Amino acid sequence: MNSLFGIIVLSFLLVCAIATCLSRSLLASVVIFMAYSLLMSIVWILMQSPDLAITEAAVGAGVTSLLFFITLKKIHAIKPGEEDRHEPDQKA
Amino acid sequence: MSLIKKLESYLYDDDSALDREIEHSLGEPSERMQREISPETFARREQQVDDLRHALLEEEHEQYLRMHQWSVTKGAKWLKRLYRAMAVCMLAVMGVFLLQTVVALPPFGAADNPYNNEVSQRYIEQGIPETGAINFVAGMILDYRAFDTFGESTVLFVAASSVLLLLKLGDHGKNEKPTQAMLEAEWDDRHYEPKNDEILQFAAKILVPVVLLYGIYVVLNGHLSPGGGFSGGAIMGAALILYLNAFGFEKTGRFFTFKLFRWATFLPLMTYAGLKSYSFFTGANHIDSGIPLGTPGAILSSGLILPLNICVGLIVMCTMYAFYTLFRKGGM
Repeated sequence: MNSLFGIIVLSFLLVCAIATCLSRSLLASVVIFMAYSLLMSIVWILMQSPDLAITEAAVGAGVTSLLFFITLKKIHAIKPGEEDRHEPDQKA
Repeated sequence: MSLIKKLESYLYDDDSALDREIEHSLGEPSERMQREISPETFARREQQVDDLRHALLEEEHEQYLRMHQWSVTKGAKWLKRLYRAMAVCMLAVMGVFLLQTVVALPPFGAADNPYNNEVSQRYIEQGIPETGAINFVAGMILDYRAFDTFGESTVLFVAASSVLLLLKLGDHGKNEKPTQAMLEAEWDDRHYEPKNDEILQFAAKILVPVVLLYGIYVVLNGHLSPGGGFSGGAIMGAALILYLNAFGFEKTGRFFTFKLFRWATFLPLMTYAGLKSYSFFTGANHIDSGIPLGTPGAILSSGLILPLNICVGLIVMCTMYAFYTLFRKGGM
């Protein structure tokens, strides 16, 4: 952990943690949180626990962020872009 | 307000102190008083009292407005400042406590740390002969502490059930007519999610099999290499979610129905409980399953860890996928 790489990763981790709290946009917060999780999984590898690293990358960066994204969509914090708008199918 | 009351009593009260005094000194009835106060005087006095009352009320209102103004402009500002200062103080105090705790922690990875006791020593020395798992993290969580892992799987199952209770719309029977809420959710889903995205579909076509295969590899090699049921299940769930995002509910609905979800979470949980029930029954201290452990390092080794990993992987995969679909549309 005391290597240069470890220090760089830890400082980025700190930056990500602060930026997650201070970011104005919820979407940006979630994306930065994803980056935080990925950095955290690197830290787990540096601390020699690859089991945790895999789980952190899959759950922290993957599934949790996805659930956050859908929740943001549900509460209409993410607006659909103009090109994404289309009429619902008649079948539905 | 007491001034107004005094004035009113001066105006209306027959039995005021003044009257009584006059009566007392003159010995005459109050008729005299009433005769003296002519209607004009009465009206004048009434006017005076009214004016005074209005002036007082106006002054009060002005004061109220001033205070209100202060509270919404300066007061709010002061409150905000106080709030911020208090928040910073709280954070500083908490930070000092936490940093002190970190300083008091033993150095990372030192040999004489308190956690290097007989428990971890036994796990390291006896772990591979007793459980047959080279990755003895898996040996620990699925053999020595299989009861804990069973509890974790159950927690996940209960969480999925409550999400199901909260977010599921309708019953999705074959001949069921969709309800208004279901139609709205469907519309909402179609409104936001891009359909037939060629780039996403192409990427998913290449990625999904690889990711699924990697997840299966992580699950099946849980006793040989890092990973295991939980992380492998999460990877497989992520692959399914990617597939769903690329191709929509119509494609995934062909193989992943609600019925499948029910059975794919219920059966592994029951299998897990059944496989380890003897161990649980004896107080979770009986790790010998009777199944030969095999050569450590071979894929078919380490007794029950492989089937337990598969069970946990299935539960986690289905739960992750179900979470996503329920959050997104309220159904599968």
